[in-house]
Amino acid sequence: MTLATAERTVEQHLRAFGLLPAEYGQIVGRLGREPNLVELGMLGAMWSEHCGYKHSRKLLKLLPTSGPRVLQGPGENAGAVDIGDGLAVVLKMESHNHPSAVEPFQGAATGVGGILRDIFTMGARPVAILDSLRFGDPSDARTAYLLDGVIGGIAHYGNCFGCPTVGGEISFHPGYTGNPIVNAMAVGIVPHARLIRATASGAGNPLLLVGADTGRDGLQGAAFASNDDPEASHRGVVQVGNPFLEKLLLEACLAVLDSGDVLAMQDLGAAGLTSSAIEMAARGGLGVTLDVARVPRRETGLGAFEVMLSESQERMLLLVRDGRESAVAQHFARWDLHAEVIGRVTDDGQIRVFDGVTLEADLPIALLTDEVPAYDLTPMPPVGTTDAAARSTHAGPSGLSDGLLRLLASPNLRSRRFAFRQYDSTVQGNTVFGPGQAAAAVIRVEGTQKGLAFTTDCNPRLMLLDPRRGAEQAVAEAARNLACVGATPIAVTDCLNFGNPEKPSVAWQLTEAIHGLANACQVLDVPIVSGNVSLYNETAGRPIPPTPAVGMVGLLDNVSLALPLAWQPANTIILLGQPAESLSASEYVPDSKVFPAFDLQNERRLADLLRALVAAGQIHSAQDVSDGGLAVALVESALAANIGATVHLTTANLAAALFAEDQGRAIVTCAPQHLANVLAVGAQHGVTATLIGTTGGDQLILTDEINLPLTTLRAASEANQ
Amino acid sequence: MRCEVKKTGSRLAGLYTVGVAAGAPRIAVVQFPGTNCEHETVRACETLLSDSAVDLVWHAQRFPVDRYAAVVLPGGFAYGDHLRAGAIARFSPVMDSVQQHAAAGGLVVGICNGFQVLLEAGLLPGAMLRNASLQFRSEWVLCRVERTDTPFTAACQVGQVLRLPIAHGEGNYVSLNEPADSRPLRGVVLRYCDATGNVTPPANPNGAQDGIAGIVNERGNVFGLMPHPERAAETLLGSADGRFLFDSLALTLSPPRLAARAV
Repeated sequence: MTLATAERTVEQHLRAFGLLPAEYGQIVGRLGREPNLVELGMLGAMWSEHCGYKHSRKLLKLLPTSGPRVLQGPGENAGAVDIGDGLAVVLKMESHNHPSAVEPFQGAATGVGGILRDIFTMGARPVAILDSLRFGDPSDARTAYLLDGVIGGIAHYGNCFGCPTVGGEISFHPGYTGNPIVNAMAVGIVPHARLIRATASGAGNPLLLVGADTGRDGLQGAAFASNDDPEASHRGVVQVGNPFLEKLLLEACLAVLDSGDVLAMQDLGAAGLTSSAIEMAARGGLGVTLDVARVPRRETGLGAFEVMLSESQERMLLLVRDGRESAVAQHFARWDLHAEVIGRVTDDGQIRVFDGVTLEADLPIALLTDEVPAYDLTPMPPVGTTDAAARSTHAGPSGLSDGLLRLLASPNLRSRRFAFRQYDSTVQGNTVFGPGQAAAAVIRVEGTQKGLAFTTDCNPRLMLLDPRRGAEQAVAEAARNLACVGATPIAVTDCLNFGNPEKPSVAWQLTEAIHGLANACQVLDVPIVSGNVSLYNETAGRPIPPTPAVGMVGLLDNVSLALPLAWQPANTIILLGQPAESLSASEYVPDSKVFPAFDLQNERRLADLLRALVAAGQIHSAQDVSDGGLAVALVESALAANIGATVHLTTANLAAALFAEDQGRAIVTCAPQHLANVLAVGAQHGVTATLIGTTGGDQLILTDEINLPLTTLRAASEANQ
Repeated sequence: MRCEVKKTGSRLAGLYTVGVAAGAPRIAVVQFPGTNCEHETVRACETLLSDSAVDLVWHAQRFPVDRYAAVVLPGGFAYGDHLRAGAIARFSPVMDSVQQHAAAGGLVVGICNGFQVLLEAGLLPGAMLRNASLQFRSEWVLCRVERTDTPFTAACQVGQVLRLPIAHGEGNYVSLNEPADSRPLRGVVLRYCDATGNVTPPANPNGAQDGIAGIVNERGNVFGLMPHPERAAETLLGSADGRFLFDSLALTLSPPRLAARAV
């Protein structure tokens, strides 16, 4: 038997499934025969970068994944960490870049749907969504279309599902033109006793497929996501989301988990039934037999190939105790959902797919999982991207006042209200700080005094300058954001978005970035418990800027102490951290080539200081200094409170003092009588603390150079909305 | 056995007669497929109407007409808002009971999606269009209390400004009055306003006619509002102004509590 037909040669088949001839040779050697088309489709999906991590698996082992709170590290649907009171937090971030490039609304919507399923697959109820979004040239008409669609899709799914979207980020860089980055993060809370894994056990136990019917949508999506030219693929490949159905699935799944009849649960995402059945069996060292004839369909004419590779959304695979099938099905019937027995777990390590009585596929599970090749990269730094000697002498635009207004209206710094007001941020009634209210989003953990804080960070400008330090900066900025609200980081989830790793320069970026993530997480003492890798993000052969999006979760013992960024009147403004020296790589002078001042030990001291100040209850607001520098941080706090300020800075380089993006800095405010104490606590922590001004009035007065009414600042920030 | 619970607040005396079974007043919070605010609504009712017992009632159930003192239809996307918000939910079996309950003078509150269901069911007049922006809006808004002679606002002051969150895509209310009919609508209870209580176009988040955020029916026992008072019942969460609406319901449902407070 051979795959070659009158229509297609073997080589053409392999290209269609994203397999190399050498890989095919490995497969044929292992099987002792050629695979048939159904098997080849399953192999192509499982051996894709998306499912098999062929180019990243070895590097990912460098990441720190353990810690005293970690209940579940990478390898399951999501990571889990203990937060006390018998509760755990479940978190995960995942990319949906390629679908969103082609069909932004459904691409983003199903990205949110997929990440929510990853959370409740662990038994947790989703309590927060964040989105890390990157788009290309903001003046490009296609960018506007993508931005609109992605935001609409996120709103559509999250709002209807009923999980608050509490934060995230949106940034623009020409390097993302044609290949936007859509990374959705979700967080859930689960009592330890209900935390469930997707590990098969007990040969003979039945597998139930629940939720939506299966159609052709998303066919071969995993292979598509591992291809570097989304434009070449068909729009019909993108899945269509149904958040209403997912809400029903959530309620039914959580209810059935309380019954104790469910042994394992795995959602159907990339590579559909193929990957969910195989991964569940592989984790338990078992096998599986499926009958696709039992899979409920939404259209006719589907064969084993289509059913096994469909990426129809809102489906879940449950392994239940033998004999409890109908009891489990009743939970789903209440929510008008199917629950069909489609197969059983076996003990021989094979996956066998039947269509009625016909055997359609028979493959060793190890071949589809452990034996997926893991390639060494051939990293080579690109020539001439970083040049430490070339210190920028660019003085920036003249007129600091105009410069500030220009920054506030710029695509990367202007108000994100146009997006956030489309997301329901208050559903579930636990949101303490939603988008734009604090340096990090904060929710209350219901039934406790505790709170959770969330943020996502990554700066593509810095990543392009130095992917290792850029990745460290992303982790440090996330930790700083959490510290500003008073939270201690407890877990990271990451989403590694890069170009084609077979290119030495991209391989170098990926390698450097992973080293940077690992180092920063070690220094700041926070484990990475879950994540996702998205490679082949390229347009016309041009890779995107390296983008390791960092999603971080922090814990507050007393949520009522959490601090907003908004000021109170007649408070003292204090800058924590070293005064800025250079405008390098700032939004103000974006074309400079020098990485700004940055030191992980400083970041750690600053974060410890912020938490100590919040815990002492002596500061009233905190905001980290990041994109746009001190001036933009001051404006954000002023506009959030609608309170002005008068700020004095003693410096030779006023532009740098206002707009530099040197790291490791934050501004806090306190009542004047607490100033001496705040300065003393700063000194104890080894952090420079400088009194820079006082809040009050309806103007922002920054030295002698800038004196602008809040109304003017707001108009600049919210122009074009 | 039944007992008659009557309002004793002077302005409300004799206006509403709620027949309920003996014991603590029971509140029903209705859950449709796709409802997603039932949890926090039950929590707010249990916390703020502490003299009452709260049941989560599944949409496929019917309930006896004298079972509940008040029925709350919470927010969400019942049936995914497919076709039109509330258009399918109004055919759920529980809505027969809600109709009978309202016809008997029982109290009904519809929050956000619940308000949309009440409009589709004909229990309140008017209809919702998509927001004028054609986008979903999730924001904190200010609402002016127009009437306090209702069981739902008895603890408020006329002209009081409440800070509440909204989260909806179809909150652009239109009444069924003829366009030429310029009489102010009698049933208006809440209007979007600015910080000084003025109803202005910039304060209106969705284009609703006359800035209408909440209305009652002619009889005054059915209340629909777009803002979410259950999400604004604690200062930790940004505002406790939603309590004024729950306190009003508590006043209405528990006269002994009212008497105790008057002391």
